[in-house]
Amino acid sequence: MPRKTVCELRDVTFVYPGGAAGGSGCASPALRNVTLSIYEGEWVALLGSNGSGKSTLAKHLNALLVPSQGDCLVYGLSTRDEKNVFPIRSTVAMVFQNPENQIVGTVVEEDAAFGPENQGVPPDEIVQRVEVALAVAGLLEKRKKPTYTLSGGEKQRLAVAGALAMDTPCLVLDEPTAMLDPAGRAELLRVLRNLHASGKTIVSITHRLEEILSCDRAIILHRGEIAWEGTVSALFLSDLPFKEWGLDIPPLVSFWRDLRAEGRSVPPVPTVAAMADALCQ
Amino acid sequence: MSIIVSGLGHTYHPGTPLETHALRDISFKFPAGTWFSVVGHTGSGKSTLAQHLNGILLPMEGEIFIDGLEVKEKSPSLRDIRRKVGLVFQYPEQQLFAETVSDELAFAPRNWGVPEQDIPGRVAAAAAQVGLDEGCLGRSPFHLSGGEKRKAAIASVLSSLPDYLVLDEPTAGLDSFSRKELTRLLSGLRKEGMGILLVTHDLDIALQMSDRILVLDGGRRTVCDTPAAVLDHLRSHPVPGLQLPEIAALSAALRERGKDVPLTWDWKEIKSALFGSQK
Ligand SMILES: Nc1ncnc2c1ncn2[C@@H]1O[C@H](COP(=O)(O)OP(=O)(O)OP(=O)(O)O)[C@@H](O)[C@H]1O
Ligand SMILES: Nc1ncnc2c1ncn2[C@@H]1O[C@H](COP(=O)(O)OP(=O)(O)O)[C@@H](O)[C@H]1O
Ligand SMILES: [Mg+2]
Ligand SMILES: [Mg+2]
Repeated sequence: MPRKTVCELRDVTFVYPGGAAGGSGCASPALRNVTLSIYEGEWVALLGSNGSGKSTLAKHLNALLVPSQGDCLVYGLSTRDEKNVFPIRSTVAMVFQNPENQIVGTVVEEDAAFGPENQGVPPDEIVQRVEVALAVAGLLEKRKKPTYTLSGGEKQRLAVAGALAMDTPCLVLDEPTAMLDPAGRAELLRVLRNLHASGKTIVSITHRLEEILSCDRAIILHRGEIAWEGTVSALFLSDLPFKEWGLDIPPLVSFWRDLRAEGRSVPPVPTVAAMADALCQ
Repeated sequence: MSIIVSGLGHTYHPGTPLETHALRDISFKFPAGTWFSVVGHTGSGKSTLAQHLNGILLPMEGEIFIDGLEVKEKSPSLRDIRRKVGLVFQYPEQQLFAETVSDELAFAPRNWGVPEQDIPGRVAAAAAQVGLDEGCLGRSPFHLSGGEKRKAAIASVLSSLPDYLVLDEPTAGLDSFSRKELTRLLSGLRKEGMGILLVTHDLDIALQMSDRILVLDGGRRTVCDTPAAVLDHLRSHPVPGLQLPEIAALSAALRERGKDVPLTWDWKEIKSALFGSQK
C-alpha cells in the first residue's frame, strides 16, 4: 500500500527577513533546497547542530513560516495559501522550542484549553481533553495555578499538554525534552511512543541521540541542508562526521558499537535493559 | 573565600492559596575555585536557589554569605555581590534585552566600570569562549536560534569575569558538541579560580566534573557529597525525577546480577572488568 504523505517540502529555501544581506556568518539562508516527505504514522527525528535550521524547518510544517522559494504542502495543502492556514494548524500541532513564547493563558488549565477552543471543539469535550492532557503531562495538581508560577520544566510540560489537547493527527515538537528532568524525559518519550503506536505522525527535534531509539527515521540538517537521512539503526552503525554536525554518539551506543566491532553478541537496539541481558549471557 | 548558605528557606506567596515552599532548610558550603552542581527533579527548587546566590531573591529564612558579604535586604554590599556572582538564567529570554548581541555582551562589563577601550576585547573573548559565531554579534539576540541565544546569554555573563558563575541548566538546547565545549570551558575557568555552580539535569556532567553535588527533592536537601558518594546514594535511594546515566544504570544492573564490575559512568571500566583489557 502506498504510504500517505502528511508533509512535503519541495525544494524549499528560506531566508529570514533582513537575513542574507551583509553575508555575515549566521545570516545565510536558514534552509537551502530542502526536499523531503513525512509519511502518515511515521516518527521522524530531526537532528543537527545549533543554527542548522531545525526550528525553521519545523515552523514550515504548520505554516508559521512560508518558503522563500519552493513549496511546503501539508496533506496536499500549500502553506502559502492563506485559506489553508487554519486547516493546517488544526491538523499539525506544534510545541515550540521556548515554552515562554507558547504559553498564552494566565491559568494552567485555561492555557491547555486554548488550542481546542480555537479548533471549535465543544466545551464538554474540551474539559475532558484538557484533563487527560494535563494528567499525561503530570500537571493535574497545578491546573488552577497561574502559569507564571510554574518552574521552567513545568512550563515545558504545559506546552506539550496544550498540543496534546488538540488531538491532531500530526505533532511537531521542537526540543520538548530540553528542560525536563531525566524521569520527565523518559515519561514524555513513553507518551510519544504510545501516540506513535496509535498511528499519529510525529516529528521531534532533539540534541540527545539516546532519545531517538524509537524513531523510524532520522534527518540530519547541516547549514540549512539535509546532510543525511536514514533509519536510526543505520545512523548508529555508520561512520558519519557526527562531530561536524554537532552530534555525539551516546556512551551506551559507543559501548554497543565497540562490542559489536569485536564480534561480541549485542542486542539489536542499545537500551540499558537489552545490553544488561546481552552481557549476562 | 566561599559561598556559605545556612538554613535557607523560601516560600512563594506565603499565606495565600498559591503558597509554595520552594526551599526548606538548605545548607552547604561552596568554596571559591571549585565546581558545585545542583541536581533535582523539575520544581525541586533549583532555580529558586540559584536566584538567591546573587541577590535576585533575598533569604526569607536562613543566611547566605558571599566571601563574607551577607545577601540580605538593603545590604550596602548587594552591588558587590552581584558583581562577584554572575547568574545565567534558565531561559535566555529572561536575560536578553539589548538591541544587538554585541551590546548584550558589553552591558555587564560597562555597568561594572570596565574602561571603554577594554570592552571590545571582552566582548570578542566572551563570544569566542562560548563558540558564538562572529556573524551573530551585530544581530538582534531575539533573532537567533535557540542554541545561539543560549550561547549569547552565557557570554553576556562571562564578559564581566565574575568570581562565581552560577548557570541554571545552561546545556539545555546546546548541541552535543557545544555541550562538551561548554563543559571544557567551565572546567578551564574553574582551574583559573572561578567558582562554578551548575544547575543541571545532565547527571553525567555533574558526576564527571563536580567537586560536590547537592541533590534537591521537593525543596529539601537529600544529599550533598562527592560524585562517587552521590552515585552510590542514588543507586540505593532513588530520588524522584532523577535517573542514573545509562552507563551507570548498566553497571548497577550488572552488579545486581552478580557481575564483578565497578559502579561507574565510564563504559571502558565495565568492559575491562568483564573482558579484561585484551583486544
Ligand atoms: N527570527 C530570526 N531572524 C533571523 N534569523 C534567524 C531567526 N531565527 C533563526 N535565525 C537564523 O536561522 C538559522 C537557523 O535557525 P534555527 O532556529 O532554525 O536553528 P536550529 O537548528 O533550530 O538551532 P538550535 O539547535 O540552536 O535551536 C540560524 O543561523 C539562525 O541564526
Ligand atoms: N514565581 C513563582 N511563584 C510561585 N511559585 C513559584 C514561582 N517560581 C517557582 N515556583 C514554584 O516553586 C517550586 C520550585 O521552583 P523552581 O525553583 O523553579 O524549581 P526547579 O528550578 O528546580 O525546576 C515549584 O513548585 C514552582 O512551581
Ligand atoms: Mg531550534
Ligand atoms: Mg529551574
